[in-house]
Amino acid sequence: MNGMENNVAAPVADTAPALLEVRSLRVEFPTRRGTLVAVDDVSFSLRAGEILGVVGESGAGKSMTGTAIIGLLEPPGRIAGGEILLEGRRIDNLDYERMRRIRGKEIGAIFQDPLTSLNPLYTVGRQLVETIRTHLTMTEAQARRHALDMLKEVGIPAAEERIDHYPHQFSGGMRQRVVIALALCAGPKLVIADEPTTALDVSIQAQIITLLKRLCRDHGTAVMLVTHDMGVIAEAADRVAVMYAGRLVEIGPAQAVIRDAHHPYTRGLMGSIPTIGRDVERLEQIDGSMPRLDAIPPGCAFNPRCRQRFGRCEREKPSLIGQGDRAVACWLHEQGEGAS
Amino acid sequence: MLAFVLRRLVQSLLVMFFVALLAFSMFRFLGDPIAQMVGQDTSLQERERLRVELGLNDPVPVQFARYVAGVLKGEFGISYRIGRPVDELIAERLPATLELSFVAALFALLAGIPMGVYTGLYPDRWLSKVLLSLSLMGIALPTFLIGILLILIFGVNLGLLPTFGRGEVVHIGFWSTGFLTISGLKSLIMPAITLGMFQLALIMRLVRSEMLEVLRTDFIKFARARGLSNRAVYFGHALKNTLVPVITITGLQIGSIIAFAIITESVFQWPGMGLLFIQAIQFVDIPVMSTYLILIAFFFVVINLTVDLLYYAVDPRLRVHGGAGGK
Ligand SMILES: Nc1ncnc2c1ncn2[C@@H]1O[C@H](COP(=O)(O)OP(=O)(O)OP(=O)(O)O)[C@@H](O)[C@H]1O
Ligand SMILES: [Mg+2]
Repeated sequence: MNGMENNVAAPVADTAPALLEVRSLRVEFPTRRGTLVAVDDVSFSLRAGEILGVVGESGAGKSMTGTAIIGLLEPPGRIAGGEILLEGRRIDNLDYERMRRIRGKEIGAIFQDPLTSLNPLYTVGRQLVETIRTHLTMTEAQARRHALDMLKEVGIPAAEERIDHYPHQFSGGMRQRVVIALALCAGPKLVIADEPTTALDVSIQAQIITLLKRLCRDHGTAVMLVTHDMGVIAEAADRVAVMYAGRLVEIGPAQAVIRDAHHPYTRGLMGSIPTIGRDVERLEQIDGSMPRLDAIPPGCAFNPRCRQRFGRCEREKPSLIGQGDRAVACWLHEQGEGAS
Repeated sequence: MLAFVLRRLVQSLLVMFFVALLAFSMFRFLGDPIAQMVGQDTSLQERERLRVELGLNDPVPVQFARYVAGVLKGEFGISYRIGRPVDELIAERLPATLELSFVAALFALLAGIPMGVYTGLYPDRWLSKVLLSLSLMGIALPTFLIGILLILIFGVNLGLLPTFGRGEVVHIGFWSTGFLTISGLKSLIMPAITLGMFQLALIMRLVRSEMLEVLRTDFIKFARARGLSNRAVYFGHALKNTLVPVITITGLQIGSIIAFAIITESVFQWPGMGLLFIQAIQFVDIPVMSTYLILIAFFFVVINLTVDLLYYAVDPRLRVHGGAGGK
């Protein structure tokens, strides 16, 4: 039914083994007033070189999912269930030291705020060299040459001079380029970019996304791109995953989901797709707000806000049901097509 | 950079000027200098003669100028109590105080920083909790009490360490040092611990809270995400970022150590400036008191200046060359 969408979606053949596979991931925060479930039964996979957009309201669990993948959940947060596999190897149960060697080397990360991601007391060159030499066997001089190449590649002008500058001497956009260089310098196969442009000037956001997209295509790096900006999804993502209250409610090829969202929540999200960079009030078509983690309603978490809810939505929790390369967790789509 | 140093120098000179004014006022207006110098049976004419001789009848600004000129030449007057030039007395006592303060500060830093790092990195371990409780005691207990307790335990009961004085000292030129003899070193231990205890607790708690703070920052999270080893994250990135406040506080505390050596020196009968000062107060020995005031202020000013310069060494954001291409 969606052959047309396939060519937009997956640049890599479906038969290629998944680079990253997340199976029934569950992240919990034990608190005095009971256990909060920040990520609830989330499953998805990423193929090599693919860009997966992850969207959802604030607090939906996007960052938690990314943080769990790189193994940096902060206690008391913990992975309470599920598996994370990188090229078929489980990485969710590795000890700190083995996971550390994967971070930066196989999975890079980019965080929201480039202004605070860099250590103010060291030159960008030093931070790059340090990262490179942590993961690759290179001499100081080789690492410096590599660092210089990375800075040039991310478009830092006069890189030979800038390599010895401190972070405060760079503008926000330039700093985020440095952060991208840091995330990519050891050649990871996957980068988790958590709202890489949210903290930047609108005029610079598009440049950074374009840069990220180009670099990852050139290096064959897959990206898990967390964003609030539907325009970014439309522009950069091959597939998109929609999260709501810790759950994955819809996933599929970006263009198909944008054009024809199956989940009522996704439809609300897609209600107005701004062109990239322009900030348009999100969710204007959905009333109310996402429940807090300690007050998630039974059944479908979205049901109190859903215009199409019916009895079953309030009683039973829908799980993701696949339809070809798309999947949705909604009782509206259970009958008929969802026969897997 | 140069402008900054100059500005700081001018400020320092200004501070010193006012301290000198204060010291002079003390000198001139606190009690009658003549009454301190002569016996009961000295006649009024005799007193008046002395007064003229000492220039005490000249206009006050002239007296002040003379005072400052004297201070700059290292002439601080004659001690009422001992009858010797104050600069000689100070020169005899200064090494004892400086050696004691130096060892106390070293003790506070060398023990305080590692303890602060440890309690910051592992807040939940029992050792951290023990150290934290002890540090509270270090802050709350008065210095003299710590000193007396130490004397009681290690001096009186165990008889391990001398309870007063500097032990044997070796004279090297004008300097007398206790570092070169066993008894000198043994004598240093308890006074240095007593004097450094408060600073130790302060530095430890400061490093700990700075460490906790820095460990929460985004750049530490990003450093972990880059796969850096724990050692690089903790010592290369986190500790260095705690240094600026630690340098500030330590610098200021070194001034306080020298100043508060008074108490420790009295408890241990340590022949330093503090003890000299205490004895001077009892005799209203104004020349010694005002000299001590100037000297302590001078130490504070020099230390503050050094601290400011150290910032530059540690934090690149303060160095002047601005961000080319920055926003
Ligand atoms: N230490 C914590 N204790 C309890 N709950 C937490 C803790 N940290 C995060 N959470 C909860 O986990 C949920 C998921 O947070 P997460 O940061 O993943 O959201 P997000 O989708 O990234 O949102 P945003 O768009 O604002 O970044 C939130 O509801 C948050 O309140
Ligand atoms: Mg987030």
